[in-house]
Amino acid sequence: MFLAVFLFETKERGGLYNIYMKKFFYGAGIVLLSAFYVIFTRSANTSAVSAPDTAGNPSTDTNTANTPGTTSAGLDTTKPNPKPTPTPTPVAGGKYKDGSYTGSVADAYYGPLEVKAVISGGKIADVQFLQYPSDRQTSIGINTEAMPYLKTEAIAAQSANVNIVSGATQTSLAFRESLAAALAQAK
Amino acid sequence: MGMPVTLEVLGEEVRATKAIEGAFDYFEEVDQKFSTYKEESEISRINRGELASEDESPEMKEIFRLSEETKKQTNGYFDIRRPDGKYDPSGIVKGWAIRNAAWIIKNLGFEDFYVDAGGDIQVSGKNAKGEKWSVGIRDPRNQIQIVKTVYLSGGGIATSGTYIRGQHIYDPKDPSREFHKVLSLTVVGPDIYEADRFATAAFAMDEEGIKFIEGLEGFEGYQIGENGVATMTSGFERYTNA
Repeated sequence: MFLAVFLFETKERGGLYNIYMKKFFYGAGIVLLSAFYVIFTRSANTSAVSAPDTAGNPSTDTNTANTPGTTSAGLDTTKPNPKPTPTPTPVAGGKYKDGSYTGSVADAYYGPLEVKAVISGGKIADVQFLQYPSDRQTSIGINTEAMPYLKTEAIAAQSANVNIVSGATQTSLAFRESLAAALAQAK
Repeated sequence: MGMPVTLEVLGEEVRATKAIEGAFDYFEEVDQKFSTYKEESEISRINRGELASEDESPEMKEIFRLSEETKKQTNGYFDIRRPDGKYDPSGIVKGWAIRNAAWIIKNLGFEDFYVDAGGDIQVSGKNAKGEKWSVGIRDPRNQIQIVKTVYLSGGGIATSGTYIRGQHIYDPKDPSREFHKVLSLTVVGPDIYEADRFATAAFAMDEEGIKFIEGLEGFEGYQIGENGVATMTSGFERYTNA
């Protein structure tokens, strides 16, 4: 049993293409494993794409509280619902604590509705619409507030002992060299 | 397309070689048709106004149809029409071609392989050790460095970024906007065609791109910012264990 790796690279030099192939052969007594994941079915393709259009397409949602304005819909997702942002807590005298509070995304039928209330001096100083219903073709309200369930981390070098590398288009050595040469001239 | 194409197919040597050669022939055909760097390609002729739309090849018509669909699904953030009015479908052709090449190999009876064109990859099955294919994500600031590894036994992974060719990505809604905050965005999805088109669109949204991926069922993303901080979608870590 062999596996063959071809490295196929086209290099454009003045409109002509040089094509070279490298072959690597590995002898191996490896049993071929049958795939358990079939990926090339049309149904898999069409079901996987979930378009972010929102109008007229309220997602079915398990978090349907009866409190007005707290049903989460709009952006089509089956991810766990975002942690609800805190609702303003009344303080003594029936006033609200100062700060900014964002309501949950509500399904306004034509699209998502999300409001942000700014409390100042215990009173509502401002109400901003972060998302509002609009026409089916153009509605997409990307929540500009930080999504609490996105995780961040500092990137750090890891082992390069991987089968494959994904990155934006790999540059050829020639490109790097010519870039270095150009930069040298620019000095 | 001017990019390296790498395939690895596990199986009997003669058949595997034939499968790989078939895939390369297919990539060559795609290049002849869609390369904006080739003067006589079909896309270059279209951009010069030399080809009527009814005379376009079936593949070209399909790419335009898929591009239009993607544009709608991404609210215009994916758009193959450049600010100068010319068409550059490379943001969708690459993933589409890789998927087709993978179908060619699959239809020849192979279960364990990958197809990599310019850092966008479709994988199938397992590697030579019987494990999931390990895919390293390049450090956008230092190409020889890997900063994250994902493990896949199927599906596609695509990375959009500006750090190699410079500002070749643009925001269709504001073409003069320069991109600074996001260096690269990697998308993992059920197949490379889907991952590629959404990675392209999401990258055009700059920092908001990762939120767009978060909202897509079945897709995960890893976005690397210029400050060396990565933001990942909530389900991304399902892929980080071998």
